[in-house]
Amino acid sequence: MARDVVSPPLGRGSRSGWKRKLPEQAIAVVLFLSSSLSILITVGIVAVLLFEAITFFADVSLWEFITGTRWTPLFSSKQFGVLALVAGTTLTAVLAMAVALPLGLLSAIYLSEYAPDGIRRLVKPILEVLAGIPTVVYGYFALLFVTPILRGISGDIAVFNALSASIVMGIMILPMVSSLSEDAMRSVPRNLREAAYALGSTKLEVSTLVVVPAALSGIMSAFILAVSRAIGETMIVTIAAGQNPSFTLNPFIPIETMTAYIVQVSQGDAPAGSIEFKTIFAVALLLFVITLVMNLLSQYVVSRFREEYE
Amino acid sequence: MSVISQSEFQRRRARRKWMGRAFFGLCLLSVTIALGMLALLLVYLLIQGATGIDWSFLTSFASRHPDKAGIKAAMLGSIYVVIVAGVVSFTLGVATALYLEEYAGRSKFAKIAKINIANLAGVPSIVYGILGLQIFVHSLHLGKSVLAGGFTLALLVLPIVIVAAGEAVRAVPPSLREGSYALGATRWQVIWHMVIPQAFPGILTGVILAVSRAIGETAPLIAMGALTFVPFTPDSPLSRFTVLPIQIFNWTSRPQAGFQEAAAAGIIVLLVILLVMNAGAVILRNRFQNKWEG
Repeated sequence: MARDVVSPPLGRGSRSGWKRKLPEQAIAVVLFLSSSLSILITVGIVAVLLFEAITFFADVSLWEFITGTRWTPLFSSKQFGVLALVAGTTLTAVLAMAVALPLGLLSAIYLSEYAPDGIRRLVKPILEVLAGIPTVVYGYFALLFVTPILRGISGDIAVFNALSASIVMGIMILPMVSSLSEDAMRSVPRNLREAAYALGSTKLEVSTLVVVPAALSGIMSAFILAVSRAIGETMIVTIAAGQNPSFTLNPFIPIETMTAYIVQVSQGDAPAGSIEFKTIFAVALLLFVITLVMNLLSQYVVSRFREEYE
Repeated sequence: MSVISQSEFQRRRARRKWMGRAFFGLCLLSVTIALGMLALLLVYLLIQGATGIDWSFLTSFASRHPDKAGIKAAMLGSIYVVIVAGVVSFTLGVATALYLEEYAGRSKFAKIAKINIANLAGVPSIVYGILGLQIFVHSLHLGKSVLAGGFTLALLVLPIVIVAAGEAVRAVPPSLREGSYALGATRWQVIWHMVIPQAFPGILTGVILAVSRAIGETAPLIAMGALTFVPFTPDSPLSRFTVLPIQIFNWTSRPQAGFQEAAAAGIIVLLVILLVMNAGAVILRNRFQNKWEG
């Protein structure tokens, strides 16, 4: 039996005309607008920070800001030397990296070179749990668990100190270092390792003289990202490191980081438009620029120094 | 290259082997320390906080008395804020990922947008708080409300959703698209009927991860001006609020041991919520991977 065949509309039929094209184009425009928003966010951040920071620098000289070492905007005799906050941030970030870099790198070498596949698949996600724990939890842990232990070791350590916050921050960013470094190491081709083994190298020699150098761009970029993360970290240092801006490298006394200062002012009642309020924009702008430079540097290191073996 | 005696060779070989073992021990020690710290953290929290969790803790408001203090307002605040953040970041993130993967291709716009998104992911969270304060609270006059908090966190986690959704969309086999185009489907019909359903588990995984990041964020909401003491439940999107991490922060900062125990109890609740969400994400991811690889 012959079936009725419905012929599809050819060419400019009813369905393929403007009725079909218009919604298509409308959707494309909506999607385009939404992806433009991500660029608008960056513009917004820069505009918001710059706008208030410029009015701040109308009152305070830029020179005083970047060279002064006393930071007392919340007191009656105001001084705006941001180096006191930068010192706190640098101190905590350097100490945190002193914890995260060796532990993270050695963990990555273990996972990539030594661990059997089963253990690697078990341990890696557990390590990444460390990165998923909210920072306020680490702050609690630093202040109420690590600090009492440190104070038990040495009576010179204050209740709020950079050391405790840094150790805990190091643990927090450790998975970032280990995970990204391990990915870089595992992408080193097998035949490089096998060539080294064939020459009689031990596993230590293969790991440190072949794999790590070959993966160095990835490891470096992980390291820089981790530093950037440490600089931007807020809650651990707010809770455990104190609110006492001091131009010092002493890890045993209370300090204040750039991020902790922003929280301190936000929690207070600094009225919008006051000089205290404007300081957080100047500090945040500096923070934004520093982390942006580090992130760009990390991307540059990957693209510039990547070893290609294919 | 100089030739060495056999005894010298054996001496060096023994030394290299010994160093190899020592290095292995060092690597193993590092992993053990990392895992040990996690275990220590969790055990310490359980010891400090487990006794503090009961029905009244979950259903009471914050109080000046540690025994009566609870997390009702903070829990509800967290839930409301995260729902706003989840919905907004899901919508914007998926739309952006679809545009960049399906429409923009290798255009200059896509390139710039991707670099920009990578950098946004590295902006410290507190900077987003300041952005939220100026844009949502002041310029758009939303006040220090649930809506403003949710929008702020949505911007913060947007890069996570975009990257995850982008990967999920890229993982959809081109043959599926081509098959649909061959049947005469338009670009949006292909996306709506083929790409989105296939990529959905991956997209959802990304959204869950983004939301679990948002639920633990403290600093941006403090910078935006969320309250720290809230004896009421937010009753409208424009109502003021607090969230669980801020409540924990507030209790941690107090000297009384009772509040510190309440903080530990609050942390346990927060971690359980995160655990459930992440387990969901892992299950989804496994299902997703098996589909194409298994």
